[in-house]
This record gives sequence, structure tokens and C-alpha cells, in this order.
Amino acid sequence: MIALLLRDLRLAIRSGGGFGLGLAFFLVVIVLTPFAVGPAPAGLAAIAPGVLWLGALLAALLTLDRIFALDWEDGSLEQLALVVPLEGLLFVKALAHWLTTGAMLALLAPVLGILLYLPQGGALPLFLGLIIGTPALSFIGAFGAALVVGIKRGGLLLSLLVLPLYVPTLIMGAEVARRGAQGMPYDVPLALSAALSLFALAIMPFAGAAALRASLR
Amino acid sequence: MCCSLRGGASRLRRSRYEARRMTLTVSGLGIGRTGRLLLRDVAFELAPGTALSVRGKNGLGKTTLLRTLAGLQPPLEGTLSHDPDAVAYAAHSDALKATLTVEETLRFWAQIYATDNAAAGIAAYGLDHLRARPGGELSAGQRRRCALARLVVSGRSIWLMDEPTAALDADGKSQLAAVLRTHLGQGGSAMMVNHGEHPIECTQLDLGVFEAAPEAARLDAFGEAVE
Amino acid sequence: MDETETSSERKSLWQYANPRKFMDLTATMLPWVWALAVGLTALGLVWGFFFTGDDFRMGSTVKIIYIHVPSALMAINGYILMFLASLVWLIRRHHVSALVARAAAPVGLVMTLIGLATGAIWGQPMWGTWWAWDPRLTAFLILCLFYLGYIALWSALSDPDLAADLTSILAIVGSVFAFLSRYATQFWNQGLHQGTSVPVATGGRSIDDVFFIPLAISMVGFFFLFLALVLTRARTEVRARRLSVLRARQAA
Repeated sequence: MIALLLRDLRLAIRSGGGFGLGLAFFLVVIVLTPFAVGPAPAGLAAIAPGVLWLGALLAALLTLDRIFALDWEDGSLEQLALVVPLEGLLFVKALAHWLTTGAMLALLAPVLGILLYLPQGGALPLFLGLIIGTPALSFIGAFGAALVVGIKRGGLLLSLLVLPLYVPTLIMGAEVARRGAQGMPYDVPLALSAALSLFALAIMPFAGAAALRASLR
Repeated sequence: MCCSLRGGASRLRRSRYEARRMTLTVSGLGIGRTGRLLLRDVAFELAPGTALSVRGKNGLGKTTLLRTLAGLQPPLEGTLSHDPDAVAYAAHSDALKATLTVEETLRFWAQIYATDNAAAGIAAYGLDHLRARPGGELSAGQRRRCALARLVVSGRSIWLMDEPTAALDADGKSQLAAVLRTHLGQGGSAMMVNHGEHPIECTQLDLGVFEAAPEAARLDAFGEAVE
Repeated sequence: MDETETSSERKSLWQYANPRKFMDLTATMLPWVWALAVGLTALGLVWGFFFTGDDFRMGSTVKIIYIHVPSALMAINGYILMFLASLVWLIRRHHVSALVARAAAPVGLVMTLIGLATGAIWGQPMWGTWWAWDPRLTAFLILCLFYLGYIALWSALSDPDLAADLTSILAIVGSVFAFLSRYATQFWNQGLHQGTSVPVATGGRSIDDVFFIPLAISMVGFFFLFLALVLTRARTEVRARRLSVLRARQAA
């Protein structure tokens, strides 16, 4: 299992692995925002927590279909399915996705927050909300990726399937960031974010493995 | 969770020679895809130390049979009696990554199979000089050898091979023959689908006799509704 | 499948999972269901539109509830039906239940859209806005997205059994998240929407008998309309599957 995680990380970091793709997309969304809504600090600061969360969510979404599609196309997924329990496979793949996108986005977000005049006190809650909330994005996303694994150009379908499932995570995560930026206590939405992530962590490997098993048949 | 899975992997780490000596016995098996029955009452035996060549026309269900025996898809009739953990499968696709080198790939699979045969796999197919070459820079024949080396790495006793000689040159074929002889000599067995000549002498298994009749071709609740 | 069916099972409800039995049963049922659907819906709507007075606060806009409430209810019912049929497919692998789930999705989607559209038409004069990010409205919008995704997944897969498997898993996971979304949206925004109009849900009654009786008739009518549409669609799906079986057999 550890070998699988290391392999996925290695594949992601090497050229063509798409490691920088999500981060670059996040950067683009945040940099373009002031051009769309105007440079006034007050306006930008007000929407900063939400835009940062939305950008992170879209960046995670963009990289989802790589979780299984590449291994499916070259036959690696089939070979792995012969040896590794699919629940474990999904867990490790989602974890690798989180380490290469969610965790990196959480580190990058406070820096990009400066561009959007995110208040000083808002950086820590933004980071905490992302680091605790994004595992849910990766695990739900891995489930979605498992559903569309056999479909050619399933990327767009994947976003349609996953978006409704992302709503609770987005609400809670953005609420943490918003309350944090306004200097309000944010422990309740943070706890609920953690609950959602743990729930996704517990349930999604089984649902995703069922989908993979059906697709591999 | 990780710990329990690793426990499962170490359970698989049985000695190579213990795992070999396994007879694959199949009887009354019906196989097919998407509810379409292709072969029925399939019966044969694959004893340790023997090789079987599967023959049959295109679309008869040769690959489907291998996939079913490997445990990737359930049989439509009957049940499998063998332990799926005794089987390794070399599919049509090579399952190599463009950015991983030959050595990294085989080491990875050795870890997944919980064996220490990575070096043996490299040696068996003369991949020594390609060790550090990434998969994307290999020729079709070299990729094939790398994929076949995975069977050696797996340490499993029953090898299922889908057209193993495809893209192999004369050298590659003789390497495959040597590897197979060693494997059979150690009490392993192999079953292969082959259109060209055989790498080694095999018993023939003609799947044509098991072909399902067209009227039984659909095990579908809706087929019944038509009558 | 037939060989394994015992005689006790033949008597049970599951016998209608056999496509032929299902077709026989629905062929006799369907005219009655359609008659009830048309009759009750027409009665409820005509009564509601022409034989009730205007509300003292809302004026004649109140009349839209005779469409709005029943369609919203059926949108949720469609989802519940999909969930149950998906469970049945995954557990017992009855093909008809997979097709019923498939048939329910577009009907549910249309009911959701009717609910959203009538809500907007009513909301414009009453709340002064076509749309508000109220928890109930948001939940319906998410439901609408979910129906779209479910239908898209069905149509993206050519193997019917695989499509049934994957959409069933999606429906079950989706319903878990539907609950989560419901509570998350309540946390996110306090409601503008009034409480439920259906008395059984609250124990009390928030609207007067004059409005409630035609509304109840209309709701029962919509239920039969929903049933009629789903059954008609499911019959079409069964026929389409038969056709593809026949084609495959001819080609073999």
C-alpha cells in the first residue's frame, strides 16, 4: 500500500503527471478575479474567502479524472485489481490525490489570499479549513472518478456528478474562511468540515470500489 | 487500515516453492460478457509443470476466459474452485508507465506482490541494459518483455498469458521459452492464448467445442420475455 | 433465474420483477392509473383555480400551489423511488427495478423543473424576486443537478447492466449527500420559504380547508400522474431492451 502511494506520488511529480496543473489553475483563478470584479480592496476582501475556496475546489475538480483514467487506459488498474483490494486501492489513490492537490492548495491559499486583501487574521482559518476540508473533496472525487473510469472523455460528466456532492463541503469550508476573516469564532463549521472529511474517508472507498469492480468486469 | 492491508500482503508472502504445485481444475464453467454467454460447460485441467495453449476463432471468448480465471470478472455459470491469489495474468496491454523506469516498475510490482523477485525479472528477460530507461522510451517488444517480467516478479504459480509473443523478436521469444521452461520445471503452470507459433510445446485446448449455442447466447431476463 | 425461483417466491411480490409479469400487470393497471391521474389532477386544478376564493394576503397568486406543491412532492418521490429501485437492483439484481429507476429520473427532473419554475413565478410578486438562495430552493436546485448527472451517466454507458450498477451506486451515495446538503444549506442560510403546506408532515395545519381539499386532490392526482408516467416509461424501456436482445440474437 505504501509502495502504491509512493508510486502515485512519483508519477504525479514527474513530467506530464499533472502535479502543477491544479496549482496553476488555482493561481489563474485567483489572479483573474480582481480583473473581473474590480481592484477595490473592500470588495475583494469581502469575497476573498469564498473565491479562494471556490478556486481550490475547481482546481481539485480539474485533476480528478487523472486519478483512475490513466491507470485504466494502460491496463495498470486491471493489474492492480488482481493483487490489491479495491477499497484499499481507492483509499490510497484518493490520499495521493489529496497530498498532491488538497494539501498543496491549502499551503498556497494563504499566500494567494494576500492578492485578494484577505485580512491578516483570516489566513490561519483559511489554511485550517482547507487542510481539514479538502480530504472530502479528494475522497468524493475519487468515487466520482471511479464511476466514470470506463467512459471516454468522462471529465465533464465527472464534474456534473461530483458538484452536488461537493456542496456541503464547500459550504462548511467557506464558512470557516469567512468567519475567520471577519474575526468570528469558526470552531463549529471547522468541526463540521472535519466530520464531512472523516465521513467521506470512511464511506467513499467502499462506494468507489463497488463502482470500480463493476467497471472492471 | 493500512496496517491490516499490509498484514494481508504479508500473508501472501509465502515461499515461491510452496505456492507452485497447484492444479487449476475447471469444470462446468459458463463465461461471457455483458450477460452474453460465450462459452459453456468449459472443462479442463492445468497440472503443475504443464502448459496449455488456448485455441479458437476471434471473438470466441479466449480473453474473457483468461479474465474470468484471473478473477477480474465473475463466471456466468458455475464457480471457480482455485485460489485467485495463485494466478498472475499478463493482459494484452503492457500496463507500463511512460515516466517510470524499467527497474522502478518491476520493483514496484515486487512490492505489490510482496516478493523480492525484481532482479530475477530483469535478468530473465535481459533487461539489464534498460534498467534506467523510462517506459515511454521503450520499443513495443521491450515493453512486452517488461510486462512478461512482471509474471516472474509476481512469484505466483499459475500464469495466464494473452498473446505473450506479440511484438517479440526471435531473441524475445527464446527468452520467453527459457523463462517458461524454468517456471514449469519449478512446478508452475501456464495457460496462453496464442495465434502464432508456441514458445514451448503445449497441450492444445480448443475452445470451439465449448461454444455456447446462439439461442443460449443471452442469459438475460429480457430474452425470456420474448418467447 | 427461473430455475432458482421456488414456488413460494412465485406467490410473492418479487414475481413482478420478471419482465413479462411486469408487462402483463402494468398493461392491465395502466389505463386505470392514467384515468385516475387525468381525472384527479383535472378535478383538483379546476376546483383550485375556479372554485376557491383568493387568499387575503397572497391574492390569486395562491392558486399556483395547486401545481407547485404536488410537483415538488413528486420530485422528491421520484428520488425516493430511484433510491429504492437502485437498492433492489444492487441486492436482488432484478432488471425491471433498474429500468424503473431509469424511467423515474426524467419524470423526477421535469417535476423538479416545474417546482422551480412555478416557485419563481410565485416568488416574483410575493417575495419581489425570481430566485432566492433559500435552503429549500437551493436543495431543489441541487436535486435538479443530481437528476441531470444521473441521466447523463445512464446515457454515457452503452452496457445496460454496467450502467444500472453505476447509476445505482450513484443514487445511493447521492441520497446520503442529499441529507447532508439539506442540513448544510440550513446552516448556511436561514429560510425565506414558508413552512410546509402538507399537514401530515407537521401534525398541524398551516392552510385552510378551503384551499387544502383541492390541494389534497391535486396531490393525489399528481401522484397517479407520476405513477402513470413512470410505468409508461418503464414499459418503453422494457420494450427497448427486448428489441436490443432480438437484434443481438438476429446478428448472432
